[in-house]
Formats: sequence, structure tokens, C-alpha cells
Amino acid sequence: MVRREGNSSRLKRFSVLPGFAVTLGYTLAYLSLVVLIPLSAIGAKTLTLGWEAFWSAVSTPRVVASYRLSFGASLLAAGINVVFGLVLAWVLVRYRFPGKGLVDALVDLPFALPTAVAGIALATIYSANGPIGEFLQPLGIEVAYTPKGVLLALVFIGLPFVVRTVQPVLADLERDVEEAAAGLGASRWQTFRRVILPHIAPAILTGFAMAFARAVGEYGSVIFIAGNVPMVSEIAPLMIITKLEQYDYAGATAVASVMLVISFILLLIINALQGWMQRRRGAGG
Amino acid sequence: MSIAIRHLSKRFGAFQALDDVSIDIGSGELVALLGPSGCGKTTLLRIIAGLEYADRGEVLLDGDDASHRHVRERQVGFVFQHYALFRHMSVFDNVAFGLRVRSRKLRPTEAQIRERVVRLLKLVQLDWLADRHPSQLSGGQRQRIALARALAVEPKVLLLDEPFGALDAKVRKELRRWLRQLHDEIHVTSVFVTHDQEEALEVADRVVLINSGRVEQVGTPESVYETPATPFVANFLGSVNLFHGRIEGGQLHVGEHVIGLDSGDREPGGGAVAFVRPHDFDLVPGWPAGSGLPAKIERVVSIGPTAQLELSRGDGEAGEPIEVHLDRQTLGRLGVREGDRVLLRPRRIRLFQTDALAA
Repeated sequence: MVRREGNSSRLKRFSVLPGFAVTLGYTLAYLSLVVLIPLSAIGAKTLTLGWEAFWSAVSTPRVVASYRLSFGASLLAAGINVVFGLVLAWVLVRYRFPGKGLVDALVDLPFALPTAVAGIALATIYSANGPIGEFLQPLGIEVAYTPKGVLLALVFIGLPFVVRTVQPVLADLERDVEEAAAGLGASRWQTFRRVILPHIAPAILTGFAMAFARAVGEYGSVIFIAGNVPMVSEIAPLMIITKLEQYDYAGATAVASVMLVISFILLLIINALQGWMQRRRGAGG
Repeated sequence: MSIAIRHLSKRFGAFQALDDVSIDIGSGELVALLGPSGCGKTTLLRIIAGLEYADRGEVLLDGDDASHRHVRERQVGFVFQHYALFRHMSVFDNVAFGLRVRSRKLRPTEAQIRERVVRLLKLVQLDWLADRHPSQLSGGQRQRIALARALAVEPKVLLLDEPFGALDAKVRKELRRWLRQLHDEIHVTSVFVTHDQEEALEVADRVVLINSGRVEQVGTPESVYETPATPFVANFLGSVNLFHGRIEGGQLHVGEHVIGLDSGDREPGGGAVAFVRPHDFDLVPGWPAGSGLPAKIERVVSIGPTAQLELSRGDGEAGEPIEVHLDRQTLGRLGVREGDRVLLRPRRIRLFQTDALAA
């Protein structure tokens, strides 16, 4: 979805260049094959339900609770990733330390690890008798098999996005710009808030959107640690699988189409926000 | 505000960037730090600004030791070679930045800020660009905005690091003339770094020549040009011809030839290096006997009022061609052409003993 948005905005820029017809044709054909046709199949399948059946499929309390958890936890996880991804990117760009290359490579690990492996590992470590969970248990903090576990898994898989989008933009910011701000009397915080943050904000937003989109669709790593307690720790993708296992294909696509619409609206808002930021920076930013 | 630099030393690893540098800069002066790249001049400027700290020595601003003061508290305006404008802000907001980040007590009202920014933009003659973003400006315009931004906080000292270094030759020339005029208007103590000797000599009240982290000479543009204190200065400022020889009996012996010296130049004997500027030669056609250096004209480029001659040594000694500048009338009167033999008689020689060179 993020990709689709990226392509459509690029289209406008390409319009003055030669090869417009070819690239546009390719883009449309590719998007149709890869994105639009599968998505419209969901819509088509959902339409076989009729309004009453559709509404009852997507509005049961259990399904609504799963939406709430999925989108709530995804937004929160993306938010957490913005904060810590920013710190990580900052450290990787600004400082030199032994093992930096290793840390840099570690950031990408959540991309490469099969999600089920990540889920099982997290569940084991954070369960009541796991190496971390056993210390949290006496404090009254239960992570595994609760919504907190879902959040943890989503934070884990979303980590690379913010780091990887912010890192190059931060590296691109010249040192002397910060020195100029300090020389004009700005405190460190003012320099960060007024000079650095506006520079990297679009990248942060992109990272947020990607981490969010990934988290909404995530299945493998979450189900192992979530415990899948109805009304408490079931995520929306799990509801879809559950319906599929009951051969309720139309019901599954109904839940999926609602997810799709909500995700699409949220990503549209993020994109609009980004466009607004870009305009505020002035043409050619 | 006056600046006094006392025994500054700075080392980056094994590289000695500054070595016991002391300079006094008077209030309202415009001083150039001039030297080849890597000589430490930018480091010195950054230490004055507080963007870098010295290993030893101190920086006194108006007599107060500022060595440990942060750049925020030094009240210096710094202009960077690559402008360092805030890309996401309009020109107006860039200039207003230093005023807006002040604590509430010291911050002017928005109306006062507006008034001052407009005044500064008029001063740099770019008030019509207030709403643009830096990316929409040319290099020269960006640097003028950077200057306006630095001046907005009413700095006691203005420091410019290769301010025209990133601009093309024509704009550079315009801007340095403009900087000189601006300084005559606002009279803020200013120090700028450059590796371009023409720029330093044309703009500055005084020039500080720096080489390998040491001060070679400090003086007005005329004095450093006319009476260089060290061979480095003689060599670095303007084009110059260099002859190795020996001083004996009040005369300079170059190979088997003899050049007479003024009494002022008469140094005790020994090895010496003579520097002669291209316009400080008299030419005598032919190779008559007597004081002077025989040479052969290899090339004449006579465009404009000055003819530039390239000569080779008559005694077959290899080396750099000798460069001589004559006005065209003199050349016409002499009637010499490419391939002719002439005797070169230096009118002014700058002599340095070779043992002084080794130091």
C-alpha cells in the first residue's frame, strides 16, 4: 500500500520527462497485476455476502475487539518505533564506536528473521518462566499472552523502518547547520526542535507509515506471543484465519476489506500530512 | 570588540594545526587570515568562535578570557563557506532565527523582529527575497542571507570562513567589494579566512599570513606585499621569481653572474635566496657585460596595457621560466622580440639568507 502511494506521487513528477506513456503503462499494468486485482477480488468476494450478512460478520464484538487491538497496537508500536528508531539512527549517524557495523546490521535482523521464529523466541523469553519474563512476573507485569505481548512483537518487526528511513536523511544534514544554530544562540533542544526535526520529519513520517502498515498486516510473530484470548489478545488477521478455517470465505474477506479500508484511510492521511510538510518546505525543499 | 589570541596551540592526533599563535585584532578592524589550505587558519577561526577548543592558550574578547565560553555565549556571528542556511525555513525565518530562539525575557516582539529582519535584508539588498526558500537562491544570494542571519543577533565579532570560496569568480569579486563596503558601514570587528591572496589584499585592513600552524607575518596589505618578512610570504603573495645565489662583497652572485645590490639589501655574505616580482625588472637588449642576469625571451603575451614575458636563463640553468611584466610602451621602445637576448636587471630584490630558510 505504501508502495502504491509512492508510485502515484512519483507519476506526477515524471510527467514532463520523455517515456511517459511507457512508464505510465508499465506502472498501471504492474499495479493492476500485483495490487489492484487481488484487492478487488477481496471486494468481489465480500459483495457476495449482502449488506446484512456483511454487517453481522464485521460487527460482532469479538471482531471489533480484534480491530481495536490490531490498529491500536500497530499505531502505538509505530509510535514507539519512531522514538527509539530515531535514537538508534542518531547514534548510528553521529557517533563512532566499536561494533558499530554489527549494530547497524542487527537493525535489519527483524526484516530477515522468519516472523514465526521471532514470535516463538519472544514468547519464550517473555513468558512467566522465561529469562526476562520471570523478572517481570513478580512486578506484576505480564507480557506474553496479553496485548502487551502483541505490542512487543509489533515493535520488534517495525524497528528497521524508522531507522532506515531516518538514517540517510540525518546523515545528509551538514554539521555546520547545527553549528550555525548554536552560534545564533539556540540551545541544544532548540537546535533539535527547530533545525534537525523539521529536516527529518518527512522521513520519520515515512518510517512511521511503513512500520504501521507492516504491523497491521503482521501475523506470524504475533500469534505465538499473543495467546489469542478472545476479546483480549486476538488480532484482526487471526480473525480472518479463524474464519478461513471454518470455510467462511466470504466472512474472512469481509473482515479483510474493513481492515483494508481503515488502513487505506490512515495511510492517505499520513501521505496528505507528508505532502503538506513538503509544501511548507517550499518548492524544491 | 577587540580580539586577543594568546599562545594558541591545537593538535589533531599527530597533526599540529596551530602552534603557539598570538594575534591582536583591534575593535572595528577587518582582518584576513591568509594561508594555503591545511595551514590551520580555519581551525583558528573556529577556536575564536568557540566551535573548537584549543589545547593550550587563550582567546580574549574585549580583554575577557572567553576560552571556555560556549559559542552561544560568545556573541559572534559565524558565516560558513557552504552557507549552512536552514533549508526548511524561508529567507525571512532564517534571518529571524537568532532572535526567535532567545529566552522570553530577551526576545524582541514579533513586530520588532519583523522590522529588524526587513532592515537587514535591505542591508544585504535582498529584501525582495524574504519569502523564498534557500534552495531558490543563487550561491551569492545565499551567502548574503547567511551574513544577514549572522548580523541579526548583533554580534560583537563577525567571523567568516572562506565566505566566497564556493562562488564563481565574477560573483566572488562582486561580493568581496560589497563586503568591504558593508564593513565600512557597520564597523563590526570582522575576521575572514581565505586562501586567495588577492581577496585578502583587496578586502582586509590587515592580513595575517599563516603557514603550517604558525603566524608568518601580520601587517597591512601594502606592507606584507612590499616587505614580506619571510620567504614563505614572499612566495605566497603574488607571483614572484626566485633566484638562489651567494652574497659576496655587496653583490649577489647567481651562478657566474653578478647582480648589484642596494645598500639596504647588503647583508653579510653567505647563501641567499632572492625574490623579484615580475614588474621589478629592467631589460637591456643584448648581453652587455655588467650587473644583471642574461636571459632569452621565450614568449611574449601582450594583451592589455601590460606585456607578459617569459624568459629562460641565458646560462642554460634549468628551472622555472622567469616571468617579467613590462608596460607595452616600454616593450615597444626596447624593440625586443621572442628569441632575443636581454640582460635582466632587478630594480627591487627581496633577499633571504638560506640559513634563515632552513628554520
